[in-house]
Amino acid sequence: MSEAFDLYVTRPGQAAPEAVAPPRTRTQTAGRIEISNLSKSFGLHKALNDVSLTIEPGTVTVILGPSGSGKSTLLRTINHLERVDEGFIQIDGDYVGYRRKGDKLYELKEKAILKQRIHCGYVFQNFNLFPHMTVLDNIIEAPIVHGLLNRKQAIERAYELLDTVGLREKANAWPRHLSGGQQQRIAIARALALNPKVMLFDEPTSALDPELVGEVLDVIKKLAESGVTLVVVTHEIGFARQVADRVVFMVDGAVVETGSASQVLDNPRHQRTRRFLEKVL
Amino acid sequence: MTDSSPRPTPSAPLKVVPARYPLRLLGAVFALFILLAIVQSVATNPRWEWAVFRQWFFNPVILEGLGRTLLLTLLGTVFGIIFGTLLALARLSKSYLLNSLAWAYIWLFRSLPLLLVLIVLYNFSYLYDNLSLGIPFTSIEFFKHPTVDLLDQFTVAVIGLSAVQSAYTAEIIRGGIVGVEQGQHEAAAALGLPGYRRTFRIILPQALRAIIPTGFNEVIGLAKGTSIVYVLAMPDLFYTVQVLYNRSQQVIPMLMVATVWYLVITTVLSVLQYYVERYFSRGATRQVAPTPLQRLRLWRTAKP
Repeated sequence: MSEAFDLYVTRPGQAAPEAVAPPRTRTQTAGRIEISNLSKSFGLHKALNDVSLTIEPGTVTVILGPSGSGKSTLLRTINHLERVDEGFIQIDGDYVGYRRKGDKLYELKEKAILKQRIHCGYVFQNFNLFPHMTVLDNIIEAPIVHGLLNRKQAIERAYELLDTVGLREKANAWPRHLSGGQQQRIAIARALALNPKVMLFDEPTSALDPELVGEVLDVIKKLAESGVTLVVVTHEIGFARQVADRVVFMVDGAVVETGSASQVLDNPRHQRTRRFLEKVL
Repeated sequence: MTDSSPRPTPSAPLKVVPARYPLRLLGAVFALFILLAIVQSVATNPRWEWAVFRQWFFNPVILEGLGRTLLLTLLGTVFGIIFGTLLALARLSKSYLLNSLAWAYIWLFRSLPLLLVLIVLYNFSYLYDNLSLGIPFTSIEFFKHPTVDLLDQFTVAVIGLSAVQSAYTAEIIRGGIVGVEQGQHEAAAALGLPGYRRTFRIILPQALRAIIPTGFNEVIGLAKGTSIVYVLAMPDLFYTVQVLYNRSQQVIPMLMVATVWYLVITTVLSVLQYYVERYFSRGATRQVAPTPLQRLRLWRTAKP
């Protein structure tokens, strides 16, 4: 799994790869996420309750649901920012946080978990750019530390990514001097710098002023065409309708309904989904 | 507020009258009065004996004492920071044993007066004739030496000051680290940055913004606190001055020598703090204000 990203020459903008990508090619591969019987509790509160979900490579999945329904927790478990109590997650067959040998799962050490995270870009609600580093330093930090690129290559790649998000001229700015929408676009560029197979977005527009939401969603739409697997937790129903290949609706830590955008949003089968949509639309 | 007066026409610009603060003027006059009173009393009272002050201020004996004070401050600060950082990281570690050990250390050295620590250390040979390092409960020994030879005045002073300093520094550093937003830890983890890199590149530089003001408090406190080594009969700045005025009875002018040198030390440290804080505020504030020097230069170039 560790060799899967010595492939810095490619970038978003190419045709979506085949449904099941071979694991070690020299092109950017999209990841297939398989979530099996996932459960997670915080004290007495059950945040995730027996969630199973398969996300096909190169697709865009939007997770909807009322607050406290476990959407963000699910996303965080995919990147192992949160440990699970039961069940497991596989990305392209590799267990997240574990190594399988026979029918035993061995917990991975910190170092190996960090390596795994390279394949999973994560975009936070509050951007979490490093405020003491310039935009460029934010982007080149991870690829250099992981030894994927040398400094010169990393800077070149950073400018490519800044072009993708339309912020080339902000390379030497400090994050706090930028608007929320710009910060989030930089955060997306930073996550992309590791050439991930999967991009996870945790309510990427929730902290933004309404007029800035569009610019961030536009960047995500662009990514949707690039063939990376996208999982987006959001409240933007319009965005879900436009971009999502599949919409997942969650309530109380469980998946209530999944289907295409038109299926779930226009003809919801469950009453709970219907009630939620009535409130947000 | 409603304004019933007609709108001004753009052709007639309105005149701006600055607000006046008569109390501020009164305050300024009062401050000037106090200042003049101080200057007059210090300059005209012959008992300050400024001639003696001038004679001793740059005397090699005084400078030697000053050097010792500075050296103790430097070593106390450096060891305090190194050991304090380790203690802070231990306090934040998930290992229960490491955490408790660090807590106990900080508890102990924050409880004991520095004076007591120094005297106990100085009398350490009474407890142990030899200092040795080996594996407990075995006869394996890597190193063994008589305590009296190892713990001379200077060593005791450095160890004592560093030990106490590190306990306080550890808590300051821990406070700074805890103050960094949780999202920063998560963002660093999500990018897969290894632990040392997260600590030293992402978290600590941000923590330093909170650490530096209190940290400099500690350093300045230490610079003056070193005067306590007089109990070990170590001739630092203060002890040297004491010895001299006991001999000559010129108490006040000699104390003024020490006073002015301590003022100089603190001033230099304060200026240093200003620039260090400025450096670490990059990116955090919208606009970094110009330094006094830069302002002076701007002012001079602005003048015709």
